[in-house]
Amino acid sequence: MYCDRCGQAATEGDHSACAAARELEPPRFCPDCRRRMKVQVVPTGWTATCVEHGVRHS
Amino acid sequence: MPEILDRARARVLADGAGLDEAGILEVLRLPDEDLPELLQLAHDVRMKWCGPEVEVEGIVSLKTGGCPEDCHFCSQSGLFTSPVRAVWLDIPSLVEAAKQTAATGATEFCIVAAVRGPDERLMAQMREGVKAIKEAVDIQVAASLGMLTQEQVDELVAMGVHRYNHNLETCRSYFANVVTTHSWEERWGTLKMVRDSGMEVCCGGILGLGESVEQRAEFAAQLAELDPHEVPLNFLNPRPGTPLGDRPVVEGKDALRAIAAFRLAMPRTILRYAGGREITLGDLGTRDGLLGGINAVIVGNYLTTLGRPATSDLELLQELKMPVKALSATL
Ligand code: SF4
Ligand SMILES: [Zn+2]
Ligand SMILES: [Zn+2]
Repeated sequence: MYCDRCGQAATEGDHSACAAARELEPPRFCPDCRRRMKVQVVPTGWTATCVEHGVRHS
Repeated sequence: MPEILDRARARVLADGAGLDEAGILEVLRLPDEDLPELLQLAHDVRMKWCGPEVEVEGIVSLKTGGCPEDCHFCSQSGLFTSPVRAVWLDIPSLVEAAKQTAATGATEFCIVAAVRGPDERLMAQMREGVKAIKEAVDIQVAASLGMLTQEQVDELVAMGVHRYNHNLETCRSYFANVVTTHSWEERWGTLKMVRDSGMEVCCGGILGLGESVEQRAEFAAQLAELDPHEVPLNFLNPRPGTPLGDRPVVEGKDALRAIAAFRLAMPRTILRYAGGREITLGDLGTRDGLLGGINAVIVGNYLTTLGRPATSDLELLQELKMPVKALSATL
């Protein structure tokens, strides 16, 4: 499992700053494989796509 | 009362003339205890010369990331190790975004692309996209596509794009510290073409890039010289992987001082709260800005980051008795 903001292992290090930042940011890394996702932000939401693990959205 | 505020009251509030660079600098240097009075004056100036209406806008990224330019604040530059990947929005989703924006009561929808300037693919997307929006939604369409050629300016006019955004980002003397792949003068050239075309000029920038307070005053004076229809004010939201990723955010009081100073420099412009207000000023900051010179907001999300929900801003406007500018008033 990976931090979806910085892409580092979720169990290593402190990701509280990432979690706080994520309130005002979409995810950038796939939490399953840490690939960078294709992210589209629109006025009312976002979608994030990993080639391997599919689409997530707000 | 500080003498500069007396002078501003006479020159800006009474006569509608903006402060000059020296006056703007004096305002930016006012101590914290004078801030309430400064914000009140900026608010009075806005109410007198612009009225109580607030222009509401939504923005969307048609082409995200992979930009060849190196603006040091930008997560969409392809030259930095930013986690933002290149992606294009399809036309049905673009139209849907315009619909959702219009549903908030917004009158402006700005289509943005992360490019140096448009290529044929982007212009083709714009032709198709603007047409589809105009057929489906009652909203004014604006665009921000980087530096333009005269032909592209003419084509955007023909499409019915009514306003063009091209930010100078920072003052002339600091620009080369922030961008090295093109010049301030090149941006100025696009702005002149846009102005001459009859499209409305939207031009602002970002505070907190490392510019000095003198350079902030210089920037406001240069914008005043351009005299744009709209000035979007962003505050740096330091993005991971960018050269400015470790910069501190602008202090809330400095942000408010800057808002008031920009209003006193440009009494009649649409002064818009753009990116970074949430992290610089928190939830309360939106209210303080709207009572300190701001008369326009971007609602909802930004291009690569998220904003607070549109409903929070709309409820606040209602509470402040500031009507959302209607579409008829903008035509
Ligand atoms: S031109 Fe625009 S998208 Fe490209 S790096 Fe500069 S600010 Fe970012
Ligand atoms: Zn993290
Ligand atoms: Zn994945």
